[in-house]
Amino acid sequence: MSQSTNSNPPIIAEFSVRLPGAVDDAGSESFQLRVNENLPGSGVTVVFGVSGCGKTTFLRALAGLQNIESGRLQVKGETWHDDKSSLPAHRRPIGYVFQEASLFEHLTAAGNLAFARKRAAEPVTEQDLRDVIALLGLSDLLQQRPQQLSGGERQRVSIARALLIKPELLLMDEPLAALDQSRKQEILPYLDRLRAELKIPMIYVTHALDEVTRLADHLMILSAGSVRACGPISEVLSRLDVPGLLGEEAGAIVEGRVAERDNEWHLVRVDFEGGQLWLRDSGEAIGQRVRLRTLARDISLSLEADQASSILNRLPAEVAAIAEDADPAMALVQLAVGEARLVARISRRSVAQLELSPGKQVWAQIKSVAVLH
Amino acid sequence: MGFSAADWAAISLSLQLAAVTTLILLMSGTPLAWWLSRTRSRLKGAVAAIVALPLVLPPTVLGFYLLVAMGPNGPIGGLTQSLGLGTLPFTFWGLVVGSVCYSMPFVVQPLQNAFASIGERPLEMAATLRAGPWDRFLHVVLPLARPGFLSASVLGFAHTLGEFGVVLMIGGNIPGQTRVVSVQIYDHVEALDYGQAHWLAGAMVLFSFLVLLLLYSIPAGRRDAGLRFSA
Repeated sequence: MSQSTNSNPPIIAEFSVRLPGAVDDAGSESFQLRVNENLPGSGVTVVFGVSGCGKTTFLRALAGLQNIESGRLQVKGETWHDDKSSLPAHRRPIGYVFQEASLFEHLTAAGNLAFARKRAAEPVTEQDLRDVIALLGLSDLLQQRPQQLSGGERQRVSIARALLIKPELLLMDEPLAALDQSRKQEILPYLDRLRAELKIPMIYVTHALDEVTRLADHLMILSAGSVRACGPISEVLSRLDVPGLLGEEAGAIVEGRVAERDNEWHLVRVDFEGGQLWLRDSGEAIGQRVRLRTLARDISLSLEADQASSILNRLPAEVAAIAEDADPAMALVQLAVGEARLVARISRRSVAQLELSPGKQVWAQIKSVAVLH
Repeated sequence: MGFSAADWAAISLSLQLAAVTTLILLMSGTPLAWWLSRTRSRLKGAVAAIVALPLVLPPTVLGFYLLVAMGPNGPIGGLTQSLGLGTLPFTFWGLVVGSVCYSMPFVVQPLQNAFASIGERPLEMAATLRAGPWDRFLHVVLPLARPGFLSASVLGFAHTLGEFGVVLMIGGNIPGQTRVVSVQIYDHVEALDYGQAHWLAGAMVLFSFLVLLLLYSIPAGRRDAGLRFSA
């Protein structure tokens, strides 16, 4: 996606945050988060990392809920924090969704929405309200009290409330983390819709890779308080210094468009910049944009186009880079397929036997492709 | 039998005293309890201890110091005299001052517990919804702390109604001004008029029971942590 390069002024986050030694037991060192990034002013930026990496601290600093030690924060040309002044949380044009479903317990779902509506940056019309209620499927829940709602329902109300404040930046702190798998599946489609309809940038914190690959346009990976990688999702996920962080789930993302349906074999063809892939037909419309994910462990390489194989997708590719994997037997190979980048995880012995090196032409055999949406 | 005119005067005075005291305590105790529930100041321990002192001090000790302080040569007495109000001992307002000190912990502690149990999260939520500090206090803290306010009011009122030692020290026994129910009962007993004493004492037991019944009948989830120390 090229949303990061459009004309929206970016979010300039150049600051550090220090937390007293509260992360672990007493006596532990204080934790420091250091960020020096420009994030795009549109689309979904996912902040990814294991727990304790500082991703929630980062989000709280953006919201003004966490004091910044030094540095500056500029959002869409407005200074929210610098060495002279800091905008308090209630003056920042943000919407914030907390990790656990945080609703005002003394108000009904409708009361929670009204709390936001009354304080919104600009008037919220009846139509706006109806739209948000429809977007998150809340019409049957409005008269319920928070205690009567399930975790997923609360989180939907909480997202609606954050939208009704008419924010310029939407911040979400692991909105699905407290939900079990089925609740998660129940709420993900709403997030897809939100992603499609949202006109403001969203920063979404998670430690779940499936949420990253499904929602992110832009990815920032945090580890132990510092940024390990930051950029458009397809670029970051095909970087060889990142897969180590992602382990067995390492893999690249390709954006494409459904171009052909083969009814006889129940397959669809997706074209992307650099080639085409056949995948199982799961009802996508011709012309629909889809995001495909190929895991590094599902890609093998050969020097010749081996037609006598069950592998459906074989793409001519050029080796772009080779790196060691965390596992001493394995290597990661970055492949250029036209404009797209794929990553293959193969044994180091294979690298040697095939005499792979950057610039070499190979065939990438892709065993499976997952459609994300 | 039944209540005599003097009994009714004492009952009415007790109710007035309890009402005024509770009102003043709610107004002064709310900011104090809020501060105690949020502060990280080193003074917190000392302030909390002072607020709790009446729980353990004999009422006569409290009454004695108040009597001295409010007397013509005491600091409070000096102030009230310079304002042209005379001195407070043996007046209704002297009793109010005494009752406010005496019942302070019964109002401040339930409020403090209620505020503390709200936690930071609802306030952070409200801040991200553009609610400023006053807005947060009025529309988030107060409604969420409502059970605490109920406990504080009931306990403050009931406890003031039942005070005796402080009243005797600083109020004496002036009909219509400082002769509250507990003193009236004491008078009846001194005069060996046990019949009259029974009426008033029984009424006090009944009233106190009903008040506490009301308090403890509120579902546990809603009445909060307000009664922790007194239960």
